[in-house]
Amino acid sequence: MSVTGSPPIPPAASKIAAQRLRLRSMARAFEIDTRLLGMVGALAIIWVGFHFWTGGTFLTPRNLWNLSVQTATVAIMATGMVLIIVSRNIDLSVGSVLGAVGMAMAMLQREILPDWIGYDHWAMWIIALAAGLVLGALIGGLHGFLIAYVGVPSFIVTLGGLLVWRGVAWWQASGQTIAPMDSTFQLLGGGSRGNIGGLWSWIVGAVACAGILALLFVGRRQRRKFGLRLRPFWAEIALSVLSCGVVLGAVGYLNLYYLPERVAAERGGGDIPFGLANPVLILIGVTLVITFIATRLRFGRYVFAIGGNPEAAELGGIKTRWVIMKSFILMGILVAIAAAVQTARLNAAVSGLGQSAELYVIAAAVIGGTSLAGGVGTISGAVLGALVMQSLQSGMVLVGVEAPIQDVAAGIVLVFAVALDTILKRRPK
Amino acid sequence: MTMTTQASRGVPLVDMRDIRVAFGGVHAVDGCSVDLYPGEVVGLVGGNGAGKTTLIKTLSGAHKADSGEIFINGEKATIETPRDAKKYAIETIYQTLALAENIDAPSNMFLGREVLSRWKTLDDRAMEQAARQVMGRLNPQFQNLLTPVRSLSGGQRQSVAIARAVHFNARILIMDEPTAALGPAETAQVHDLINQLKAEGIGIFLISHDIHGVFDLADRISVMLQGKMVGTVNRADVTKDEVLGMIIIGKLPGTATKTELAELH
Repeated sequence: MSVTGSPPIPPAASKIAAQRLRLRSMARAFEIDTRLLGMVGALAIIWVGFHFWTGGTFLTPRNLWNLSVQTATVAIMATGMVLIIVSRNIDLSVGSVLGAVGMAMAMLQREILPDWIGYDHWAMWIIALAAGLVLGALIGGLHGFLIAYVGVPSFIVTLGGLLVWRGVAWWQASGQTIAPMDSTFQLLGGGSRGNIGGLWSWIVGAVACAGILALLFVGRRQRRKFGLRLRPFWAEIALSVLSCGVVLGAVGYLNLYYLPERVAAERGGGDIPFGLANPVLILIGVTLVITFIATRLRFGRYVFAIGGNPEAAELGGIKTRWVIMKSFILMGILVAIAAAVQTARLNAAVSGLGQSAELYVIAAAVIGGTSLAGGVGTISGAVLGALVMQSLQSGMVLVGVEAPIQDVAAGIVLVFAVALDTILKRRPK
Repeated sequence: MTMTTQASRGVPLVDMRDIRVAFGGVHAVDGCSVDLYPGEVVGLVGGNGAGKTTLIKTLSGAHKADSGEIFINGEKATIETPRDAKKYAIETIYQTLALAENIDAPSNMFLGREVLSRWKTLDDRAMEQAARQVMGRLNPQFQNLLTPVRSLSGGQRQSVAIARAVHFNARILIMDEPTAALGPAETAQVHDLINQLKAEGIGIFLISHDIHGVFDLADRISVMLQGKMVGTVNRADVTKDEVLGMIIIGKLPGTATKTELAELH
């Protein structure tokens, strides 16, 4: 339009404007969140950048497989943190609670349960995990009660929790390292046994593909039925091919990471893929469940309504205190899941377990588009945010950046990402 | 005189007796009584800080009364939360509208009373359809229901707040400054709606600064001053000046002198 209609604009500028317009209408045709697109773009830059910087090790199947496992614990907690922040609260205690719950699960396996049922009993991992989940829920419930019913600000309650639960993590074993874990429990953490192998990974990928296609199909049919605007058909096809391609491509690439020769020899030798690691499967499950809770259940709707206008939620007849308390119980359970994954992966519990994890979890949620003012945030965004943070950290470790400098970089990226988002949002549309 | 007309109408829909609310040492509402009959609009007027909103909040459940009694259809009612009020079919349109800006119109309409599917999940489609139906009656031009309320105009927001009250079949409707944020056309629309709801037998409390609007709509007018009820008058029996006299100097019609009334202008 501007090409023909506005003579004062120099041809080059009008060309750029037209291009920008075309890009935007493309994005609209796909109806993809532009913010999500931005994060994927940032991730691509980080990955390619580190790949060259590390001389070709970052994008190897082995490194990406490790990255997927390392991302899991932070991402699992970030899904819950989204709901906490959306309801205008914060949880600073997740790292310490992870330490305390992880240590409790380790103590159960090494010190308490063996007296009753002996080492490596088949039920050991179930009892330890269940106890951990209950403990996490109780700690979350205590925080939630103090915040919602007593009225202490969440910042203070969880700042107290940050100190208390770190101390409890130390006190349970007087600062000793508790290891190793039950052999079945270890599977929760990935490793050479804690994965589902190549074939099952392909099956998971195929199921995910089928799920995406079904969602797109049902969505289109519903929109037609209710006379809503449809995506152009070509965009629908392109979207299906693209998302299935990404899923299957990721599975295929990760499947190129093979078991070490010694382990492979025990299973008949040859190239045996690791396949998706258990922590990654747990993360996928958690993401689906929490997304469902946030978008399809009353509880999720209430969390967002409270974040948007607490007074309106109260006047609408919502039991806002109970909703807040439930959100902290959920957070506690997710921290316990992360604690199980983390202790299983390290095959040990130390009193410093999860130290400063709260910062990475909050950063993941915020980079993923959760607003600290409340009312806004997505679960999938937070998981991508966790992947961005972990990619940075993992890349810097590969390059050999020293730990304090890693913190400098992570901090700068966090502030830069939010600043960029704020500026883009302020720009008139 | 008002007593006889009331007696002939039987049991009041709402009868609030001797309501008291104090904030700290301040008596925001100090022994006020007011009643409402089916198909009637009672205007509740008074200056800023007269206690109108606080009094009515004890009926909508947003605020607990320190003492006093509320009778709904002649039966003693206990209203401590907004949920309690909704059980008695009392719906409130707050001055602030009480909308969550980050979610869409249907979600706001059904906030706290969501339609659920068989599987206990949110039935957003059913809620959207119901919202479109109500909106077709209230504000047919308002089509983009699925955007967050944040991006709606003042009139559209107002329709969402009103739609919420209308959809749930209120028998008692409380409207706190319903037209304060609206232009003339939208105000006229709200006035039409009030008359329509009144014809359906709904009792309406109308809280307003706008004495002209109240005179157009109300059957009776209750005036508050500094937390006390100055009195309740039939609109047909008084002039605007007399009501102004009640609002400003707290004197009932006939008791204020000519000079006092003249000073009001």
